[in-house]
Amino acid sequence: MPKKSFRQAINEALAMEMRRDPTVILMGEDVAGGMGAAGEDDAWGGPLGVTKGLMPEFGRDRILDTPISESAFIGAAAGAAATGLRPVAELMFVDFLGVCLDQIYNQAGKFRYMFGGKAVTPLVVRTMYGAGFRAASQHSQCLYPVFTHMPGLKVVIPSSAYEAKGLLTQAIRDDDPVIFFEHKVMYDDEEEVPDEAYTIPFGEANLTREGDDVTIVAIGRMVQFANQVADKLEGEGIGCTVVDPRTTSPLDEETIIECVEETGRLVIVDEASPRCNIATDISALVSEQAFSALKAPIRMVTPPHTPVPFAAELEDLYIPSPERIEEAVRSVMGAQA
Amino acid sequence: MSGAAIQAITMPKWGLAMEEGKVSAWMAEEGAAIAGGDEILEIETTKITNVFESPVAGVLRRRVVGEGETVPVGALIGVAAGADTPDAEIEAFITDFQANFVVEASDAAAAPEPEMITVAGRQLSHLVMGPEDAPPVILVHGFGGDTESWLFTQPVLAEDHRVFALDLPGHGRSEKTGAALDVAGMAALLADYLDAVAGSAAHIVGHSLGGAIALKLALDQPAKVKRLTLLSPAGLGAEVNIDYIDGFVQAERRKEIKTLLQQLVADPSLVSRDMVDKVQKYKRLDGTTAALRALAEAVFPGGRQALVMKDKLAELSVPVQIVWGSDDAIVPPSHGDGLPASVTLHRFDKVGHLPHMEASGDVNRLIAG
Amino acid sequence: MLQLSKEDLVKAYTQMRTIRDFEERVHDEFAGGEIPGFVHLYAGEEASAVGVCMNLNDKDNIASTHRGHGHCIAKGCDVKGMMQEIYGRSGGLCGGKGGSMHIADLSKGMMGANGIVGGGPPLICGAALTAKTLGTGAVAVAFVGDGGSNQGTTLESYNLAKVWNLPAIFVVEDNGYAESTASAWSVGGGSQVKRAEAFGMEGFEVDGHDFFAVYEAARDVIAKARDGGGPSLLHVKLNRYFGHFEGDAMTYRGDGEVDGLRQKRDSLVIFRERVAETGLLESAELDEIDKSVAGLVDEAVSESVAAPPPTREDLTTDVYVSY
Repeated sequence: MPKKSFRQAINEALAMEMRRDPTVILMGEDVAGGMGAAGEDDAWGGPLGVTKGLMPEFGRDRILDTPISESAFIGAAAGAAATGLRPVAELMFVDFLGVCLDQIYNQAGKFRYMFGGKAVTPLVVRTMYGAGFRAASQHSQCLYPVFTHMPGLKVVIPSSAYEAKGLLTQAIRDDDPVIFFEHKVMYDDEEEVPDEAYTIPFGEANLTREGDDVTIVAIGRMVQFANQVADKLEGEGIGCTVVDPRTTSPLDEETIIECVEETGRLVIVDEASPRCNIATDISALVSEQAFSALKAPIRMVTPPHTPVPFAAELEDLYIPSPERIEEAVRSVMGAQA
Repeated sequence: MSGAAIQAITMPKWGLAMEEGKVSAWMAEEGAAIAGGDEILEIETTKITNVFESPVAGVLRRRVVGEGETVPVGALIGVAAGADTPDAEIEAFITDFQANFVVEASDAAAAPEPEMITVAGRQLSHLVMGPEDAPPVILVHGFGGDTESWLFTQPVLAEDHRVFALDLPGHGRSEKTGAALDVAGMAALLADYLDAVAGSAAHIVGHSLGGAIALKLALDQPAKVKRLTLLSPAGLGAEVNIDYIDGFVQAERRKEIKTLLQQLVADPSLVSRDMVDKVQKYKRLDGTTAALRALAEAVFPGGRQALVMKDKLAELSVPVQIVWGSDDAIVPPSHGDGLPASVTLHRFDKVGHLPHMEASGDVNRLIAG
Repeated sequence: MLQLSKEDLVKAYTQMRTIRDFEERVHDEFAGGEIPGFVHLYAGEEASAVGVCMNLNDKDNIASTHRGHGHCIAKGCDVKGMMQEIYGRSGGLCGGKGGSMHIADLSKGMMGANGIVGGGPPLICGAALTAKTLGTGAVAVAFVGDGGSNQGTTLESYNLAKVWNLPAIFVVEDNGYAESTASAWSVGGGSQVKRAEAFGMEGFEVDGHDFFAVYEAARDVIAKARDGGGPSLLHVKLNRYFGHFEGDAMTYRGDGEVDGLRQKRDSLVIFRERVAETGLLESAELDEIDKSVAGLVDEAVSESVAAPPPTREDLTTDVYVSY
């Protein structure tokens, strides 16, 4: 099976769904690039080249460059979704949600409920998130907890290239509004990705490792770190189950509870700020439903409650590291790091 | 056994993708006498856990790799020698082996890769191994299977056979579109495939539904078939575990798939996480579910096998052997009762529906023999 | 005016009368404590909603505001379903889950009243994009108040509609007040038409008490949009008879301001005078319409009072198509 990057996997899912369904359109700032300019057309394909090549195939009527007006075009995507298209809107960085959140949560996310079940809003908002790019405080956040909090939205955080293609295909075919998170440092990560179209259903967690001693629930890029730690500790006889929830809304509570009941120990790794993030949510879930299975207190590995810093030394300290995850696993096993 | 040379027992390569294996359990103690073919350890790969038969005879002098340890393909896992070979020589052998051991580069270019082929207008995927002028063997998987079903069989047979494994329509990487075929239609397609790839009549090995297809081909076009090996075959009785079939068609979640796959084998612990993962990935492909559903309706209408050919077995003039696991929970082993004398039946205890995976050494020998 | 058939005139008058009666009645029932929540009434502005929507069909979409009842009626929403929705009944247009501020009927091209000021303009850019992409020939209209005209979403939408050349129309209903704040103060530059022109759109100021003026202005810009001519703006000047919301004591309005408006600037009275001039509709026919509308609104209220509320099971349904 061919190896493809996270970037290629996303590009391929978009292209395949656009070929399959003429109502799928793409819009966003510079998704093609060069609109109205004298130079090269399809100049950018998005700031990191994820949508490069789509405009030459599908044309400017379906690959729509926008002015820098997130309120208007994310709202337009919501309106288009409610009236018969399947728009994929790119919110370049999730940090920009401050200028278009109303269109996502008050409009798209609530149409169906407010209108008594009569609206169908198949909207996808693709957005970049995450630290590690030296992109500083306004281009590095992990804001998926914000959307997870909001009923009516689905929240997808793929952890690899294979996952990204299947989850994005599902997102586009899904009839509800979906916020699709792409970690900006993962675009070059490669793995085997089928050429065929496939979908990964929402709400089923993936177990990327299985072991008997500790359950590590990790989100997005943190799944990779958790896998590294699980592989290292397996050699020492500490067995880790790594749970990748894939979607935080819906959340596969059942799998998380089952894994905790099997291992009795839980470490949660979340790159989002520590107050009211996915780690705290899962911790609450397990405390309520599987308290008696716990052999040790739950450990949460998160960044500190600060904005994302710029300096490389500070940003590296900020991001949950494999070392900190390993320390947490050892601590719930009762050993010192 | 005294005086026997010091011999290395190394991590085997099962299937193209295998780069390393984990010794999950030793089944022989240090100091035990072992014969070639004895089951001496269990190896867990990313695909499945399988017992490893000793390739050498002698006394197991060292378990170099402990239980739970993972090592690359080709790495030294144990040492056999005569009972009286001095320990120092054993140690020197190990030191020397380890010093010279180089992990085989994952050489994707050199390893055979599945290829697409157009047969009767259908896009099929197949994997070909073995010398071009060697006698041809065609491997036909069962319902929901694919070329990888043969990962313990194809590389072994390929040492002195030209071995063709294909993905039936709706399976593996073959097309998921097009009208569903029944057993006769699949047999006709298999005949076309055989014409396209093999220059002459071939030994056809079919598992489960693939067994029924192989048998139908042998009955309809005997000139194309040189020999027939049927593993847990369909086509010899009306019954089939239709709950398994329906479950496999519908299953989406990992747990459902795992429970289903465990029905295939006598020892459920053989089903690895990656085996489940692989089936789940296949089931997610566009068209898979529809293709499997249509196939199930064509070959098992009303939950029963549409085509029963037991009374025709005696018509065949080519050698026919049938292999059945006594614990087969999918196709009843009783379908192997009352076969004509011309057919050889091999039953294996503590083996389920996948004899070529659960008793691969024995089954490979039967096919090669 | 002469282009409107008698049938059209009857329809226009019926809708305007329905809006007026509906809102007067909701006002009374709210005062009597029968209706929960926030309610914003459209009485006084009827000619705008009906004058615009008479040019639309069910494939055309509109987005409305918190003051949305009039737009709903003009776009063809079921009046009894609306009343039940305002009462929070399970038989309401939205099953009692939306209420006054979220009445919608997508099958009629009504994309919803909206509790967020300036919420509608981006949405109709999307509806217009759908029409353009699928080549349906439809248009999309955003009704927005003078308050909403100052939202960034509205101004961004003007620009987006222009650069994408969308079949979109922005109808700024300027009733003089954003809540209690006068538009004479809050709208910098004062002119919505000049704002439109700044974005490269045509804009027209229209007397919002005159159905025929609104109808004709809307007819032209809608025809242009259907033809691929891009977006336009109407600045409709009108007045509301009631407060921002029910319960607003309207201490910010001048003495006798509303009474004067009801006497001199009543769109229904103006309509009757105009059709009387042409002789197309007799006064008696209009009186008959008044009676029949009064009966409909009576029934809507009595049925709503008697209708059952949603049940516990309804609380958690309709959040997702599938979850």
